[in-house]
Amino acid sequence: MPMSLIQPAFRVHIDYDKCHKCGRCVQQCGWSVYTFNGRPFPDDSRCRACHRCVTYCPAHCISIQKNELALRENPNWMPGLRQNIWRQAESGGVMLTGMGNDKPYLSIFDHLVLDACQVTNPSIDPLREPMELRTYLGCKPDRVEVEPNGRGGFRVRPGTGLEKNVRLDTPIMFSPMSYGSVSLNVHKSLAMAAERCGILMNTGEGGLHADLYPYQDNVIVQVASGRFGVNPEYLNRGVAIEIKVGQGAKPGIGGHLPGEKINREVSVTRMIPQGTDAISPAPHHDIYSIEDLKQLIYSLKEASGYKPVGVKIATVHNVAAIASGIVRAGADYVYLDGFKGGTGAAPSIIRDHIGIPIEIAIAAVDTRLRAEGIRNRASIVAAGSIRSSADLAKAIALGADAVAIGSATLMALGCHLCQGCHTGNCSWGLTTQKPELTRRVDPEWGAERLTNLVHAWSHELQEILGALGVNAVESLRGSRERLRAVGLDAQTCEILDVKPAGR
Amino acid sequence: MNTATTKNPIEGHYERGPSVIADSDVTTVECQKIYYRQVNEAVRAAFGAGAKSVRLVGVNGQRYIGTGIKGKDLRIEVHGTPGQDLAMLMDGPTLEVFGNAQDGVGNTMNAGTVIIHGNAGDVLGYGMRGGRVFIKGDVGYRVGIHMKAYEDLRPIMICGGKARDFFGEYMAGGLLVLLGMESALDGPLVGGYLGTGMHGGEIYLRGEVEPWQVGKECGIFAATDEEMAALRPLLAEYCEAVGFDLEAVLAKGFTRLVPISHRPYGKLYTYL
Repeated sequence: MPMSLIQPAFRVHIDYDKCHKCGRCVQQCGWSVYTFNGRPFPDDSRCRACHRCVTYCPAHCISIQKNELALRENPNWMPGLRQNIWRQAESGGVMLTGMGNDKPYLSIFDHLVLDACQVTNPSIDPLREPMELRTYLGCKPDRVEVEPNGRGGFRVRPGTGLEKNVRLDTPIMFSPMSYGSVSLNVHKSLAMAAERCGILMNTGEGGLHADLYPYQDNVIVQVASGRFGVNPEYLNRGVAIEIKVGQGAKPGIGGHLPGEKINREVSVTRMIPQGTDAISPAPHHDIYSIEDLKQLIYSLKEASGYKPVGVKIATVHNVAAIASGIVRAGADYVYLDGFKGGTGAAPSIIRDHIGIPIEIAIAAVDTRLRAEGIRNRASIVAAGSIRSSADLAKAIALGADAVAIGSATLMALGCHLCQGCHTGNCSWGLTTQKPELTRRVDPEWGAERLTNLVHAWSHELQEILGALGVNAVESLRGSRERLRAVGLDAQTCEILDVKPAGR
Repeated sequence: MNTATTKNPIEGHYERGPSVIADSDVTTVECQKIYYRQVNEAVRAAFGAGAKSVRLVGVNGQRYIGTGIKGKDLRIEVHGTPGQDLAMLMDGPTLEVFGNAQDGVGNTMNAGTVIIHGNAGDVLGYGMRGGRVFIKGDVGYRVGIHMKAYEDLRPIMICGGKARDFFGEYMAGGLLVLLGMESALDGPLVGGYLGTGMHGGEIYLRGEVEPWQVGKECGIFAATDEEMAALRPLLAEYCEAVGFDLEAVLAKGFTRLVPISHRPYGKLYTYL
């Protein structure tokens, strides 16, 4: 019998004429592709095409190609489906994977275009004129109350302003990725970059490592069903608290951080023993209703001196009604995670088939909250595959206050989207706890790259706003008149409340 | 009722500061019809002013009593029926309830002692990491869910009555004890799905359970003399706190449940 019916996905080709026989590929590969006997020998079946060896090969003699094995064409039984059946017939297991949905669903962002000014109203050049990106997350008052400031002018009446809001210098946040799923150096890179950019990073459900305490004013601390690392001190360190109900990549299911990733430092930060699985139950067992959610929101506020509390959910069918309930329960922001959002580990069947697109969710939630007259009570954060500043601008035009980026941050740190996060062998040192791999990310280097990315997107957003002829991101927020659809059906346009191009 | 000082009646309560009487280091707070925020503000203010003990009287469903309070030598007395999330995230104090408690007692609690001279509801000790919860009477569903231990933090919960389903679900550490001494509940000592998903800690039950009641992640053993000797001082402390006779408690054999694996789902997956 054959060992496995599954053939390697990639072919590792080494041009031995150029090869220095230095063995760097052997040392760089976290997947143990290479053995060395006078020269490196690749085992194609282990390769995930993460390009670590390619990047570090001094002779540029490695190329990774698709293993193009011809199978008889059958569009119904795509090769991946056949392989999955072989894989499950061999193992009987639930297929686990990492990163976001890799199925070719329609990207609505790619079918939306932005407006610009021509002739009748001037565009603005952001290089020479002020362009405001500052954004405040949290409950906005129903009306502005002012009082004389004693010097002939006016000021906002104390207690009626944005005191309980969290400030973002640009409408971008780093999405929650726990220490445990990513390495401490990744967390440090994110925290340092968040401080430099005036934005926020998010602990995810893995506690806050002591090395991040200096950055606590730029940290959202998350409370999820496993309550890892959660104590009063943790709640008091963050600028805001986030209740994680769901994640776009795995709506409705919990998380298992495998015991082998719970090393000494992760154990200390999560406050759980080394080597045991860290199991986050699927639901919070103290939340079975909107009333229960309200109870948890206010308990966290009570325990933290009334800090802003946000609620993160996966976008599912009734997302608008759910978001309305969340806002009415007292959340200061609603974090919508679309079905293309990433993960450190999720069953592929869940990741690829559950949830709705983030574009639809933003529009549906914004519309619903406006209709109910409660849009000012909470901010909307949109996440789940925000790939560029264009996606950022379109998300804001659809109604989001800010976006959160996760996969993009990992790519900034070297990720090539090989989808092997769940294995703990990340050759780029990101989604692993192996010390020989995690030391590959220098937090200073990481922070610089992340800062560059945020600054670049912010500049691009300013250019977009300038083209639109507005001088503040506030003016684009929910302004769907500045969007047009190209190639979307009438019903989708209606739900998005976006006109087709030409109208 | 003084309507001049009240605003926004909420569910029968008024947003009004309670009457507070500070007497040496015991501060008494009259909680009848006062909204929870003002009650808890009064508790924090009393401790902030140096009180060591706060007595809450006329408590009638106010939530979050003791929530987030930090300090080892502090004491909170609750007379009446406290609301949900009692002692949530509590870190050190001793909180004693002269009455019944509702759901969510000791939610994500860090340290301290909670003593309840009555029954308590569902989801007690959720994610609790340290401290003790002593309940004299019956408890509801999903009690001790996801309790976890860490180094010298070891949460302990002892329930004197009977419990419903999912006792010790997802338990990751600590000690959970069920005695069945006095109960108003019909049916067995404990419901089904006992210790489902358990991957750490230990459960002791006074009496026996049927295998069908127990989650597949648990091993069922009769407690040995050594284990009972280790448990005895804790039980003595519990009996002292709630007024049971230790010898009567120990007169019956105990069952011990421990997880078979610290990695219950290690073989569930195949990697893509």
